[in-house]
Amino acid sequence: MPGLITMDDLTNEEIISILDDAERLLPVARGELYLPLLQGRILGNLFFEPSTRTRMSFETAMKRLGGDVVNLGDVKTSSVVKGETLFDTIQMVDGYTDIIAMRHPRQGAAQYACDSARVPIMNGGDGAGHHPTQTMLDLFTIRQAHGTLEGLNVVLAGDLRYGRTVHSLSHALVRFGCNVTFASPDSLRMPEEIVNDLKIHGAEVVETDDLLSQINSADVIYMTRIQKERFPDEEEYAKVAGAYKLHARDLDDAKAEMIIMHPLPRVDEIHPSVDSTRHACYFEQAFNGVVARMALMCWLLGVTVPEDITSEGGVL
Amino acid sequence: MSQEGNMRRVTAIKNGTVIDHIPSGKALSVLKMLGIEGYMSNPVSLVMNVPSKKMGSKDIIKVEDRELTQNELDRLALVAPDASVAIIRAYSVAEKLEINLTEEVVNLARCTFTNCITTNHREPLPHRLVVTNRDPLELRCRYCGKTQDIEELVENLL
Repeated sequence: MPGLITMDDLTNEEIISILDDAERLLPVARGELYLPLLQGRILGNLFFEPSTRTRMSFETAMKRLGGDVVNLGDVKTSSVVKGETLFDTIQMVDGYTDIIAMRHPRQGAAQYACDSARVPIMNGGDGAGHHPTQTMLDLFTIRQAHGTLEGLNVVLAGDLRYGRTVHSLSHALVRFGCNVTFASPDSLRMPEEIVNDLKIHGAEVVETDDLLSQINSADVIYMTRIQKERFPDEEEYAKVAGAYKLHARDLDDAKAEMIIMHPLPRVDEIHPSVDSTRHACYFEQAFNGVVARMALMCWLLGVTVPEDITSEGGVL
Repeated sequence: MSQEGNMRRVTAIKNGTVIDHIPSGKALSVLKMLGIEGYMSNPVSLVMNVPSKKMGSKDIIKVEDRELTQNELDRLALVAPDASVAIIRAYSVAEKLEINLTEEVVNLARCTFTNCITTNHREPLPHRLVVTNRDPLELRCRYCGKTQDIEELVENLL
């Protein structure tokens, strides 16, 4: 069954078509229009790891389109704690639902679930692996701001080693001919495997440990959180993390249309002073999670998003 | 040591399989991959690190009274892709077989990445390693996508 496990599951044309659908669904995502395209469908939310935005935005997306949601609930009280295999869990949920959104601490879990299931699986994060539905909302946000995905200068900064959002996103950006710069501390560099993959796709990849020097030429700065637990001690963390914090004063010479993104939650890496600048885009980005996932679920379930949704939908 | 010297090390077998041109030092891995354990009843001869014109040095295995199948032999592609295999019947070479590297290596070894979903031994789906490059050999786990270290993979045989 087709699912979305990595961005390789979508062609560039399919990505653009889903983003176009998402664009049209914006009034539905905002609650201005009721369009029950997925009425009678049930989403299974299987989050084996904590999630706030991803789980809630999947749930909102399904409900905005008239469908319903069942949740795995807390892993600690589900049959997983009794030692149930992922295969068995999927067999069960597969029978209850029409589509599954899943996050799991083990890498490869989403592909494994996809191979076990009859309904489409959407990978909401597997270990340090992929997070393609986040990539779809990131691409939507970038296109919304710049009108295109092609040829942009994108700086990905922070924890590039363990941050699965940047793994999926960098693959997609390169496919659209973006110039990608990786700014990270040495210990959190983008995995060599991914850098090599990007180079095979013809990308020119720049790696640096100096984020500030990249600001003025960037069209997009994509920040990620550097996690304390990746470092042997507090002092080392403080030293490294300090170099990956953005403050409004750092943005004086940035391009006017440059946007700052973040998959959230943020801790200290974007100072609140940035929130009121024209560059701050992360809350818009979080909202876009709903519309991107709406379009994606329609696509995976073979439901066409009408060209003119105002004539089909009812005003709330 | 001459080629003739190699031949004298082990006598000719009447029936069975001879695997020649195994890279030096890999014969034990080959036996492991074929599931040939010490307690089997068939006689097995093993020659390691003998001179070879083609390879400098090589290993040879002779398994008596057992004809290995093409399927079994294809498993050897991970460690001995260029080995030559002969099926022996009545002291003569009855068939020559080649080792083929399939597009996917199924249920031969467990992914070496410690956080892969397949490290849970109770998960029932097959272990699948996809061949992403033939020379040099590169395999990736179908599920987690990690590139496999071949030496480590041999330690992870199922």
